[in-house]
Amino acid sequence: MKCTEFLKELTEYLDGTADAALREELDEHMHWCHECKVVLNTTKKTIEIYRDNKLYELPERLRVKLHEAILLKCKASKRGQPSE
Amino acid sequence: METIQKKAAEENAETGLVQAARAGDLEAFGQLVKLYDRNVLRIAQHITHNEEDAQDVVQEAFLKAYTNLEQFQGNSKFYTWLVRIAVNEALMKLRKRRNSKTVSLDEDVETEEGSMPREVADWSPNPEQLYGQTELGDILKKTIQGLSPAFRTVFVLRDVEGLSTEETAETLSLSVPAVKSRLLRARLQLRERLGKHFNAGKSGDGTR
Repeated sequence: MKCTEFLKELTEYLDGTADAALREELDEHMHWCHECKVVLNTTKKTIEIYRDNKLYELPERLRVKLHEAILLKCKASKRGQPSE
Repeated sequence: METIQKKAAEENAETGLVQAARAGDLEAFGQLVKLYDRNVLRIAQHITHNEEDAQDVVQEAFLKAYTNLEQFQGNSKFYTWLVRIAVNEALMKLRKRRNSKTVSLDEDVETEEGSMPREVADWSPNPEQLYGQTELGDILKKTIQGLSPAFRTVFVLRDVEGLSTEETAETLSLSVPAVKSRLLRARLQLRERLGKHFNAGKSGDGTR
């Protein structure tokens, strides 16, 4: 397996969707290719770091404001009218 | 086992809320807003890069969802249906803001550029030890903003919000192979760009 082939299958490997045979081939490749191993590890870390550090939290005060605005708009919409 | 039951219970509760909201129960809809407002805001922020726009998107997406509840078929999850609305609203905002011809999910996806790894040094120490929370957050935001909308949207839905590949495809009206290929390239590009910060110990630009 070449490095370019390894890279193509990286997502399958990381997502656990590679079948056993493919997985074995990828493991085998990583056994001797240090660079691909690093790429795999740092890509995994990239995903984890974005998943674990949730960016853009919604502050409670703003949240309340947004809720009020949304529900007011919904109420004023055609669907929100009792006549419907 | 317990988590599976919990998930099923949550889904049932959600279905109940959707039905009630459809029948005109605004309070039930309010519960749905509370369930998903954080996710919708995060997605909108990632796509628009603009606080004001993102808040508008949250409002408009929920309003649209409410007024179009009849169209919700129930064969997909309410959440994925909502995210689909939010993504479209966010892309529209981005288009307006850029005042440009097109911002679409097909943009820039044909280029191979930036996907082939060049940085192959391992990250050590752990990036979370290298930077403080705020500083790390800034790096992560700036880095993901450098990706094209097509790539960062797929990455955010799949890897940040945890939608499955199939749900991401459905939400963005893309094929599963298209999602996979964009996801791979988004991940590799992010990795490459983050490496510039996280290899600091090795390249030693002196800032940290």
